[in-house]
Amino acid sequence: MYSKKLARLAFGLLAEPTFKCTLTRSVSSRVNAVRTLCSWTVCLHHRRKNPLSEGLTRLNVRTVSQTTLDPAEVRKFQAMASKWWDLQGEFAALHSMNDLRVPFIRDNLLNVHGIRQLGKPLAGLRILDVGCGGGVLSEPLGRLGADVRGIDPVEDSVRTAELHSSYDPDLRERVRYQACTLEELAEEELEGFHAVVASEVVEHLADLDAFASCCQQVLKPGGSLFITTINKTNLSYVFGIVAAEQLLRIVPSGTHDWEKFVSPEDLERLLESFGFYVEAIRGMMYNPLTGAWSWQQSTAINYALHAIKRKEEPQPGQVWPESENLDEPGRATNYS
Amino acid sequence: MFTFAKAKLAAVLGIGRQCVALRALNGAQAVRRGFASSERDEEPSTSENELFDIIISGGGMVGTAMACSLGLEPNLAGKKILLLEAGHKKEMNRVPETYSTRVSSISPGSATLLSGMDLCSFLNVLSVWDACSDALITFDKENLQDEMAYIVENDVIVAALTKQLQTLSDHVEVQYRTKVVKYTWPHPYHVSESIPWVQVTLANGKTLHTKLLIGADGPNSMVRREAGIPTVKWNYDQSAVVAVLHLSEPTENNVAWQRFLPTGPIAMLPLSDTESSLVWSTSHQHAEELLQLDEESFVDAINSAFWSNENHSELVETAGSLFRMALSVLMPDSGSARQLPPSVAGIGPKSRVMFPLGMGHATEYIRHRVAIIGDAAHRVHPLAGQGANLGFGDVAYLTKVLSQAAFNGKDLGAMQHLLEFETERQRHNLPMMAAVDLMKRLYSTNAAPMVLLRTFGLQATNTLPPLKEQIMAYASK
Repeated sequence: MYSKKLARLAFGLLAEPTFKCTLTRSVSSRVNAVRTLCSWTVCLHHRRKNPLSEGLTRLNVRTVSQTTLDPAEVRKFQAMASKWWDLQGEFAALHSMNDLRVPFIRDNLLNVHGIRQLGKPLAGLRILDVGCGGGVLSEPLGRLGADVRGIDPVEDSVRTAELHSSYDPDLRERVRYQACTLEELAEEELEGFHAVVASEVVEHLADLDAFASCCQQVLKPGGSLFITTINKTNLSYVFGIVAAEQLLRIVPSGTHDWEKFVSPEDLERLLESFGFYVEAIRGMMYNPLTGAWSWQQSTAINYALHAIKRKEEPQPGQVWPESENLDEPGRATNYS
Repeated sequence: MFTFAKAKLAAVLGIGRQCVALRALNGAQAVRRGFASSERDEEPSTSENELFDIIISGGGMVGTAMACSLGLEPNLAGKKILLLEAGHKKEMNRVPETYSTRVSSISPGSATLLSGMDLCSFLNVLSVWDACSDALITFDKENLQDEMAYIVENDVIVAALTKQLQTLSDHVEVQYRTKVVKYTWPHPYHVSESIPWVQVTLANGKTLHTKLLIGADGPNSMVRREAGIPTVKWNYDQSAVVAVLHLSEPTENNVAWQRFLPTGPIAMLPLSDTESSLVWSTSHQHAEELLQLDEESFVDAINSAFWSNENHSELVETAGSLFRMALSVLMPDSGSARQLPPSVAGIGPKSRVMFPLGMGHATEYIRHRVAIIGDAAHRVHPLAGQGANLGFGDVAYLTKVLSQAAFNGKDLGAMQHLLEFETERQRHNLPMMAAVDLMKRLYSTNAAPMVLLRTFGLQATNTLPPLKEQIMAYASK
């Protein structure tokens, strides 16, 4: 086992990635440079040129014209659609991530809504799981009593999810799956959900603005948005791409494209511009030896974010309302 | 002091617990624990009223306690739980006049789990001594306020638990006189067109499905056997004779006495001011003889077992007394005044019973969607009074683990948290079982070197209060 890994290490350091993403967010053609540890400078160069960091040009602009769907990503996940529920397979890390993200979602929702019912703490809450895949996260949320809608553009994944939950009568009633994109759903379900969960999804999207706008549309005022994703740092390149994909094969090679990673600062700025305020950001870390995730101070690699949709639309000339969470410092900015 | 024998039977029970975290399962372990189901041609759909969240197989003390504990756990509210018991319902509206013969010593840890029950007696001091020498060790809690252990009849425990279960009948169901004939195990991974639950086939032909099967069906567990869990076990060539004894005079009966004879330990556990319970572990042949004796000869045999000095040898006596003098020089305060065990006048009207003794330990307590607890997982010699307590410890910890899993939205039969239960309980149970087995072997011989060793060991331990406190703390968990 270790000799194979050593061979892969040698190859990984020299070879090109096996899977090339054709559509990326930045229009630059430098994306497909050879990914080796020697191309640090290339990465740094990309970082400086990231259009998102160029200030507040996107404030208050609602664009639904571009779709969040990325066909290359769809093809990638289509190939792995049957493997969602193999606990030792490609998605093992996602299964063990439930140990962090389910308590994160549950506790934050309980803080806002209080315990509904013993034994079913999330009873009565409607949750949308964007990019649900095989239902890895939808099922625990359903068991906690929530009314879960899982959507995913990959039909095979949705079918796998439906099959897996069909044996359990509790889940059959509470968890529903739909093969569609977020934009399609946003047209039907305006302000229909108490919470939206997009876990390990934003790094696979074609257009983040469209995503944020749709989330804002489907959420009730005061509703919660939960995102877990990977930061865009050198460290996340080393651990998230090189180590995870090429050396240790924690995720299949080519799953992630470093260009699509988004830093928590950028994500926060984006969400704020769409009428959310970010209530919490926490760093997460995966230990490949134990296969377990844990919370950590640094958001350098993985992080989880909880944002709440503001109850009122932000208007120029208006004082921002006091934030509902006591921890958040109250903002009272006057626009004269 | 408690009032005994006429005390009313209170029925409130149980305490749920909260808790902890998890680990991933590596592929090798999953393969080792996986097994093929014997039947493939089941219908893929399950009728809804037959799918339970948890089925507990076996309604003895530990099984019924598990059902109560799960039923009272707030995070498991709304889960469907079923207890299957082959015998009939044990109901007791008031404590019977006479004591029944099977009793257990309940540690404070187990008592917390079973709290709220009126107890028949309590134990303040435990005195253990050797037949082959004068070495004596006394565990007492004089300085501490709590009791060391409680002696309770098994029937009383089960009846109280049953009564509590009746108040939980909205989500805990009990089926008596139900025998299981077959278990069908699911694939450890998701295979389409097959049922992912454990199937339990009853003697009346019905099949039930469950997400988690808990086996509490005793030392000859069918669940353990059918699951193919390897067990390390051996028979001691001993049987235990149990009876209820009437003491010759009423006394403040809060001392448990145990004397190690070469044939095996004889123990007297207090039940009330005038009655005690006898547990005499001895060879099969001797046990049968004891059962055949008439009442008077039986009483004489008991008294002589406790009092006679025929096994003492000169060498050991001299060595023992020299060692004791040396110890008293080093630690002059130690060694309390020697109390003497009460003498027996008669035995209770219910006949004496005997049952064989053995040691057993399942190498695994869990499989995919299966867990075993109590005697099904571990079986010990009664000399330390720990068998039931290990079982109650399993109940408490498994409830804690399942409660946390349910609060995290996990599938109850998933291996992650079951593994955590197994690791923690094996870590606790194995040292205890090893110690009990070691004690039994150590005291089974007449040979002078072993007798000297255990004499010195016992006397030394008796003079070290911190060590005794450690032992009591471990046994009380």
